[in-house]
Amino acid sequence: MPSLTEFLIVAAMLFGLGIAGIILNRKNIIVLLMSIELILLAVNTNFIAFSYFLNNYIGQVFVFFVLTVAASEAAIGLAILVVLYRKRGSIEVQDLDALKG
Amino acid sequence: MTEFFTPVHIIFYVFAALAVASGVSVITVRNPVRSVLSLVITFFSMSGIWMLLRAEFLSLILLLVYVGAVMTLFLFVVMMLNIDIEGKRSTFVKYLPFGSIIVLLMTGLLIAAVGPQYFGLAQMPAPPAEAANYSNVQQVGRLLFTEYAYPFEIAGVILLAAIIAAITLTHRGPVKRKVQNVDEQIAVRPEDRVRLISMPSEPRPETGLGKPNNESA
Repeated sequence: MPSLTEFLIVAAMLFGLGIAGIILNRKNIIVLLMSIELILLAVNTNFIAFSYFLNNYIGQVFVFFVLTVAASEAAIGLAILVVLYRKRGSIEVQDLDALKG
Repeated sequence: MTEFFTPVHIIFYVFAALAVASGVSVITVRNPVRSVLSLVITFFSMSGIWMLLRAEFLSLILLLVYVGAVMTLFLFVVMMLNIDIEGKRSTFVKYLPFGSIIVLLMTGLLIAAVGPQYFGLAQMPAPPAEAANYSNVQQVGRLLFTEYAYPFEIAGVILLAAIIAAITLTHRGPVKRKVQNVDEQIAVRPEDRVRLISMPSEPRPETGLGKPNNESA
C-alpha cells in the first residue's frame, strides 16, 4: 500500500494545478469553474486519505457534503454563466467590469 | 520501501500520473470541450485512487454525480455558448512566469509539509484489511443517518436551493404557445374582424382559365 505521503502529494499537485488554472486563465470563466472543481477534488482526496489511514469514517461523510455543495455551486455558476452570455455575448473575465472592480 | 512494486503501487502510480497529466491538460488546452474531457479523465483516475483508499461509495458517487451529471452540464454549456478559442493564449503567456512561480512555491511547500518523515508508513501505518463482509456503504450510511442526519437534511435543502436558483436564473418567461385566448374570443366585436370596403366590381375574365366548373361540364 502506498503511504499517506504519496496520496497527499498527488492531492497537492492537483491543488496546485487548480490554483494555476485560476491564475493563468483570465479569459474563460468555464475553465475557472473547472479549476475550482480540481481544487475541491484535491481537498476531497486529502479527506479520504486521512479517513483511511486514521480508520475514521467521518472524513468520508464530510467529503459527501463537499460533493453536494460543489455540485450545487457548479449548477448555479453555470446558470449565471448562461445568463451572462445572453446579456453580454461574451464570457471573458476581462469584459466583466460592471462593478468597476 | 521494501515492497515498492506491488500491484497496488503500480495501480496507484498509473492513476496518479494519469490524473496529474490530464489535470495539466485541463488548464493548458485551448478548446474548452477538450478541457472538459480532460477533467473527466482526471475524475476517473481520482475515483480509482479513492477506490484504493476503500472509499467505494464516494468513488462511485464521484463517477455517477460528477462525470455523469456535472461534467455533462459543463459540456452542454460549453457547446451552447459560442466561445472564441483563439484569444485564450495572450493572457496565458502574460501571466505564465508570475503564476508558475507562485504555484511551484506553494506546491513545493505543500509537498515538503507532507513529507515521509511526517506521514510515512512508519508514522501512519496502513490499517489492517477489512473482513470479507465489510461494507463501506453501510459504514458511511450509518454515520450519515444517525449522527449527521441534520446536516444531511441541510444538504438536501442546499440542493433544492440550487435547483430553484438555476431555473430562476435561466428561465425566460412563458414560451409562446399557440393556444386559444378565451377572453379575447368572447370580447371580440364584428367591427374588429370584418372591414367592409366599397370598390368597383371586377370584370369577368375572358380566358378559359377563369371559367367556373359547372359551365365546362
